[in-house]
Amino acid sequence: MQKPFLLLLKAVLRINFKLMETLKKEDKEETSSKTLKIKGAEAVIKCLLEEGADLAYGYPGGAIMPVYDEIFKYQDQFHHVLARHEQGAAHAAQGFARVTGKPGIVFATSGPGATNLVTGIADAQIDSTPLVCITGQVASHLLGSDAFQETDIIGISTPVTKWNYQVTKASEIPEVMAKAFYIAKSGRPGPVLIDITKDAQFGELDFSYKKCEKIRSYKAIPEFDIHKVKEAATVINSAKKPFIIWGQGVIIGGAEKEFKDFIEKTDIPSASTVLGLSALETSHPLNVGMVGMHGNYAPNILTDDCDVLIAIGMRFDDRVTGNPSIYAKQAKVIHFEIDSAEIDKNVKTDVAVLGTVKETLAEIMQYVDKADHKEWMKEFDKLYQIEKDQVINDQLNPTKPGLTMGEVLGGINKETNGDAVIVSDVGQHQMFACRYADFIKTRSSVTSGGLGTMGFALPASIGAKMGAPDREVVAIIGDGGFQMTCNELGTILQAKAAVKIVVLNNSYLGMVRQWQELFFDKRYASTEMVSPDFVKLAEAYSIKAQRVSERKNLDAAIKEMMQSKESYFLEVIIEQEDNVFPMIPTGASVSEIRLS
Amino acid sequence: MEENQKFTFSVYTENNIGILNRLSAIFLKRHINIESMTVSKSEIENVHRFTFVVNINEVKARKLVGQLEKQIEVIRAFYHTDDEIIYQETALFKISTKYLYDEKIQTKLKFKRAHIVTITERYFVIERTGSKEDIDRLYEKLEPYGMLLQFVRSGRIAITRPKMAISELLSEIN
Repeated sequence: MQKPFLLLLKAVLRINFKLMETLKKEDKEETSSKTLKIKGAEAVIKCLLEEGADLAYGYPGGAIMPVYDEIFKYQDQFHHVLARHEQGAAHAAQGFARVTGKPGIVFATSGPGATNLVTGIADAQIDSTPLVCITGQVASHLLGSDAFQETDIIGISTPVTKWNYQVTKASEIPEVMAKAFYIAKSGRPGPVLIDITKDAQFGELDFSYKKCEKIRSYKAIPEFDIHKVKEAATVINSAKKPFIIWGQGVIIGGAEKEFKDFIEKTDIPSASTVLGLSALETSHPLNVGMVGMHGNYAPNILTDDCDVLIAIGMRFDDRVTGNPSIYAKQAKVIHFEIDSAEIDKNVKTDVAVLGTVKETLAEIMQYVDKADHKEWMKEFDKLYQIEKDQVINDQLNPTKPGLTMGEVLGGINKETNGDAVIVSDVGQHQMFACRYADFIKTRSSVTSGGLGTMGFALPASIGAKMGAPDREVVAIIGDGGFQMTCNELGTILQAKAAVKIVVLNNSYLGMVRQWQELFFDKRYASTEMVSPDFVKLAEAYSIKAQRVSERKNLDAAIKEMMQSKESYFLEVIIEQEDNVFPMIPTGASVSEIRLS
Repeated sequence: MEENQKFTFSVYTENNIGILNRLSAIFLKRHINIESMTVSKSEIENVHRFTFVVNINEVKARKLVGQLEKQIEVIRAFYHTDDEIIYQETALFKISTKYLYDEKIQTKLKFKRAHIVTITERYFVIERTGSKEDIDRLYEKLEPYGMLLQFVRSGRIAITRPKMAISELLSEIN
């Protein structure tokens, strides 16, 4: 009697057990699908981590608070550096991007937070620096209502971004972020801005991430044409006086080795643009210096004498060409370029070789002949000697009492042997840094080239140091530019960024003063500057600081700065009315460059 | 310096918010006045077509196309001279009904392709499709009599004589 009852009981229990198992399973499944559902704000951080970005610069505020809440939760995986102004955050991200080649990440809130980014974004756009900027925006139902801290950052940033997009639904975030990274990094890099409404940050989505590999309307790299490579090689092989100008394209494309192989095989004298500096070591026998308004004498003069001008990853900026209508008219122009819109934009090209310079330079090697241009190179040497006698010696080994910017750079070279990252601001000191700093490694010169943004260097040096923590980072700044972003000393203090800051103080906005002296009969309108005690200011931020005003103390001060393990501030009092020469006056041809 | 002439730009884009802003910013940046602009869907699904008319020289036109095409969401951009396209504009003229039986008007309206779209007790509306010059001619005929209550003209729409191969390009990418 008992047996069937027990069997029945067992069966019932088994069924019950099974039922419970299934219920449990379902429950589990439900929870696991629940864990996939995350908030938009968290998705932003997860996307960044998926892209290998674990460091951002920014400033919180109302409309971006949900994202900052996630930054707090993810602090063991994701690092955020609090800037003192959003412009500083953008420049810091640029500094990071320029030394690493990875996109710099920036966060800002809506309204003023977003508009404060604009200078940094414009700078990144014109200097092809990859940035992913994420701004908070008012909730989507408030868009267009002039809500508190609402600004049309999509409209404002459109002309200065490679791409921008407004996210109004959480579900859009993974795809848009993937696109943002792809666009920022690929082809000719640039800044992108993603504006995310607050409700999209709070909203939920099923998170999954897939990296973007193509966009149908966007061709990152133009088609490679072997005929153009061969055509260029033919022109190069027949050249008697070939000359190369290289730009940042060599660095961005990671083509330093291909570039060096190419110039060494063809034995062509090569000069850099401001942004191309450090792609080839300063001491290389074929490196003939820098072209442009304050570039070296020989490469500027001989631009108008060469028979073939080979432009590699550069864009013929007006500061490079002087008057473009009379620029290198005698020469056949070959342009290696990734951005087809740059071909013929400023200077008419005879042979355009589109593609990445890494690929096209590697490809052309089999078609170019090994050449010897020693005789032609002698012309560069001759002109260099003239520049050395009339300009360089006075800068590097001055005999007059006042300190020169050139000798400060010379002193830094002695200590760093060219192994430091030099971050320069904008103005006279920038030109001295570009002209006199020695480089032995690529990605060692960070400066605001195209936009000429004063205030760039101090925050950019923070990002540069974080991007290259094992290298010395020296910021070279004028007294004017320093005061545009000196609030970022606070960031240096808080983030313990061990940057070396050199302020070259001539109590003038020196570059403008120089122009006033040369072209405005010395009417120094608003260029004289009364500044606070910079050393005390740095010390207020707990940064070790000293001031040098005499030549005899300079070397020791630079040595002390470079030996410091922490951040260090050095102010050097410079001869007040020193000028940067050589100089190409505006509208003149490059060969009309003046030595005094 | 090359002479300025009329160029028509055909710009094929994705259908996203903000593209108009991005495109017009390129004209603005170069200080170029846009004479007319139309946007519509194109022969390809989800692809929009912008038609801009500007008065510039060809060197500038070439540079503009390069910069337009460089925008991420622009699929292709082209520029054409008037010889390379078939183009039309449409204008609407609103006129008081009291002129409807006016003999002068009757003769003015004896143009080909000027249609009366609607007639009400108070007004009637004439539609004229043609070149800008055709429309201007009709406008000049009607305007001196002070009879135009309203006038509006569309931007140019244009079809090219040469092939533009957008569909092939897209199927190649997709």
